[in-house]
Amino acid sequence: MTDRFNLYRFASPATFYPLAGRMIPWFIAASIAFGLAGLWLGMLVAPTDFQQGEGYRIIFIHVPASWMSMFIYLVMAFWAAIGLAFNTRLSGMMAQALAPTGALMAFLSLWTGALWGKPMWGTWWVWDARLTSELILLFLYIGYMALTAAIDDVRRADKAGGLLLLVGVVNIPIIYFSVQWWNTLHQGSSVNLTKSSMAVTMLWGMLLMALCFWMYSIAVALARARTIMLERERHTDWVKAELAGEQK
Amino acid sequence: MIYWNSFGDFIAMGGYGLYVWGSFGVTALIMAVEPILVARHRKSTIARLRRQLRADARVENRSTEQ
Amino acid sequence: MLKIILAVIGRDLKLAMRRQADIVSAIFFFVIVVSLFPLGVGPEPDLLRTLAPGVLWVAALLATMLSLPRLFADDHRDGTLEQLALAPHPLGIVVTGKVIAHWLVSGLPLALIAPILGIQFDLSSKALLILTGSILLGTPALSGIGAIGAALTLGLRGGGVLLSLLVLPLYIPVLIFGAGAVDATVSGLGGEGHLSLLAALTFASLGFAPWASAAALKIALE
Repeated sequence: MTDRFNLYRFASPATFYPLAGRMIPWFIAASIAFGLAGLWLGMLVAPTDFQQGEGYRIIFIHVPASWMSMFIYLVMAFWAAIGLAFNTRLSGMMAQALAPTGALMAFLSLWTGALWGKPMWGTWWVWDARLTSELILLFLYIGYMALTAAIDDVRRADKAGGLLLLVGVVNIPIIYFSVQWWNTLHQGSSVNLTKSSMAVTMLWGMLLMALCFWMYSIAVALARARTIMLERERHTDWVKAELAGEQK
Repeated sequence: MIYWNSFGDFIAMGGYGLYVWGSFGVTALIMAVEPILVARHRKSTIARLRRQLRADARVENRSTEQ
Repeated sequence: MLKIILAVIGRDLKLAMRRQADIVSAIFFFVIVVSLFPLGVGPEPDLLRTLAPGVLWVAALLATMLSLPRLFADDHRDGTLEQLALAPHPLGIVVTGKVIAHWLVSGLPLALIAPILGIQFDLSSKALLILTGSILLGTPALSGIGAIGAALTLGLRGGGVLLSLLVLPLYIPVLIFGAGAVDATVSGLGGEGHLSLLAALTFASLGFAPWASAAALKIALE
């Protein structure tokens, strides 16, 4: 019973807002620390890859960005499920706060994929199963953002967006499978980007960069969620107190 | 410990400089611009909400005076 | 349950018959889009044969989308939708009926006219048969998935464009297996595998999509 109470207390924006405010600097600091360590290992210490030369170093942002883009969509779908099941206010705000960062991560994944593809495959773009799926993921992010932006009533925006996220998350495996199938049939150049056995330093560099991207995404999403909270809860006492307090 | 012999080597990236720095540059740019946009949006939202709050307070004061 | 579905289908078909112009223009849209491609890429039969599956399928995708914004909008405007949502039978059943009716007036005509257009692209009779079959099998899934988008965007400004933004990425598996079936037939591999996957997609989406649409409609009506 107390657990339940705590969960609801945590899920209330009035409690979450100051908590998020206190957490953001830590996530920023962690992101910078992990980023510097990852860049130092990946860019300065790690040896060259015998197959791909120095070009492989794009992996240190390509893989973290791809992971983040997929993971953020899953987290958004998780929040959507919570929001639709328990009708919590926080979940819709979190999903909306995450979406732009997820879309940017998908874009970064495509951008770095293209810059990797040019020297490795000789073209900026191949209809590789993974690149294609990433592109479709970007479309799904854009659809979600367009839908929530088009609905004025925030409750409806949250619920409709949440439903779209759940439909999307059910479809992602089907889309991925169909693209894979299509790709093998058309004998696309499915060069495995991460196949070559990686040195330990490379692996560590990649993991540190992934942690950096995680912390960054959390910090940005929390900051965005705080603004959304102020906007949506502007008629409540705690927001009025918050606005008056920050005036000093 | 450090793999590179010279700073020039590091920039050239074994001939892949354009691709590697193109990737890292755009990533750095996005990771710099996104937080700035978020912070700016936050500031403008707070300013707007404060204006609204003051306007509401004025309306309330007037109605209590009458 | 079946009775409700049949009643909804009958009603929607009757309403559609009063606006035959809409159905006819969707068909002509399909015909015109498909006929534009040879003008754009040139008349070489070999090229057209390889392009045909994709072109016909993408055009079919777009043509079925034309009538989607109206799937719930008219019922929403005159209040019928609210009545249906309040009725004792589950809304998902009603939506199933509406999806089937939508397919009957949008997907089915396309499947019937597709082989004629396929001739323009120099497809063999076997490929034409598979083309018709794949469109027959695949378009119900399009109507089903499209219904979710139509319900989510109900009553929104710029609903039509938004709808295509939401729905087109979700159409991709149908496009891949539908066009793939014809493609495999053209290249002599046989499209049966594609067709069975397409059928699986259609049954899954017909079972799942009406309930998701019903949930979306309830959100929109709140």
